[in-house]
Amino acid sequence: MNAGNLQLNRWKDIIFKWYGLLCTLAGVLILIVFLYTIIIDGWDRLNWQFFTSLPSRRPSSAGILVPLLGTLWIMVLTTIIAVPIGVAAAIYLEEYGQKSRFASFIEVNIANLAGVPSIIYGLLALEIFVRIMGLGRSLLSGALTLSLLILPIVIVSTREALKSVPKTIREASFALGATKWQTIWNAVLPSAAGGILTGVILAISRAIGETAPLVVIGAMLYITTIPTHPLDDFSVLPIQIYNWLSRPQKGFIENATAAIIVLLAITFLLNGIAIYLRNKWQSKVKW
Amino acid sequence: MQAKISAKDVNVYYGNNHVIKNVSLDIFPNEVVAFIGPSGCGKSTFLRLLNRMNDFIESFRMEGNVFIDNEDIYDSRIPVEQLRKNVGMVFQKPNPFPKSIYENVVYGLRIQGINDKRTLDSVVEKTLQQVGIWNEVKDKLQQSALALSGGQQQRICIARTLAVEPSIVLMDEPTSALDPISTATIEELIYQLKKDYTIVIVTHNMQQAGRVSDKTAFFYMGELIEYSNTSELFTNPKVELTQKYITGRFG
Repeated sequence: MNAGNLQLNRWKDIIFKWYGLLCTLAGVLILIVFLYTIIIDGWDRLNWQFFTSLPSRRPSSAGILVPLLGTLWIMVLTTIIAVPIGVAAAIYLEEYGQKSRFASFIEVNIANLAGVPSIIYGLLALEIFVRIMGLGRSLLSGALTLSLLILPIVIVSTREALKSVPKTIREASFALGATKWQTIWNAVLPSAAGGILTGVILAISRAIGETAPLVVIGAMLYITTIPTHPLDDFSVLPIQIYNWLSRPQKGFIENATAAIIVLLAITFLLNGIAIYLRNKWQSKVKW
Repeated sequence: MQAKISAKDVNVYYGNNHVIKNVSLDIFPNEVVAFIGPSGCGKSTFLRLLNRMNDFIESFRMEGNVFIDNEDIYDSRIPVEQLRKNVGMVFQKPNPFPKSIYENVVYGLRIQGINDKRTLDSVVEKTLQQVGIWNEVKDKLQQSALALSGGQQQRICIARTLAVEPSIVLMDEPTSALDPISTATIEELIYQLKKDYTIVIVTHNMQQAGRVSDKTAFFYMGELIEYSNTSELFTNPKVELTQKYITGRFG
């Protein structure tokens, strides 16, 4: 190789390094610009009144109490519904059904489910939960819908967590006379808990940002009663944001950006907890 | 005397691999028997036959019989959980559960449904005394076992095994992941445990086999080449292959 070629290759190296850095920063830069603009627009609107007020026709007296409570309700109900089902399914697939054709058939379909557009889940839920089961446009319908949506995520992340539990832990349990179920319940699940929890939190944070499927099942755009029961009508933050953004008055746009800040704060908080748990788990459990 | 463990014409296959070839051997109560041999000679496979840990391997197939206390352990009438309670196992790498020291030790009791605090407390103290670690950990029983050193972890694993009151303890290279000082304490412990248990230990370390065992079995390519008193096998081997191996000419 001659000197000129060498020089050229060095240049290529340098150019790619900077180009790569630029690509990496692109995502972060966009996020920063985005955060900057919404905080400028919406920060002043974030006061006690905004958090504790019902919707109103006048932007300055409108608040997010109803959709905020709706989002919290949805979070809790979705967790209660999706986690036991998802974890149990993952345990079955990972620990029991591994080799059968039936299990691999289900596996492929779970992977497919993860790719189904969320509005389709909304249509399915409208038919099954709202109409056939007669749950109406309730919190419970919404939570069931979002549970369907995040089930594949919970299953996949739980399986990953179960897979990462070393064989030696299972062996230790079996060697002490434990049955398979005892081994899973007492040794494998506690060892995988950090990973499972991380996956669950990320799935929930995905669920609370969903709008489309809830619009389809008929979550309320304008509702003035606080939800107190799983069968109550409801609204959630993203729907409230969507609603306000479609109004012409400038005041509502300000409200929408303030609500976006709240929604983002909840999402970031959940993701932060997930990252914290993951790191804590990784540092605690060194196999 | 009645053999504690008795293997008769045992053959093991992994798929088409014939990994144990026609091995018969007897182990008597309160003996320490060492299995030595080069990697892949079948010594670990043979050890894992004794508490049926090979059952988890999909392609595992076996012929012949293994008797423990005169009962054929591959006879389907004997629950495998019962067998593993009686035949404890300590692994190559310390593998405590990510739980407290206390919960590690009582794990085997809890899965039997024993939850009485006084019983558990006394088992924890007794077994941790037995493995000689009680004074080091008695003030931090609720701390994670993963925070301990490798040698301490391995002793917790032995205590955990003893807690379910086995009569046989299998050890699969129990010191290969440990430093020399921890190794010495584990060897000392094996010597102590011999009073109450029958011990089978797989080791790569011939000095270790010489120090801890009463009898030694030399495996090569799935065959049991020689099995006799440790002192005799090391000083006066009958088979040339054994002679070559223990003098370090191969393996």
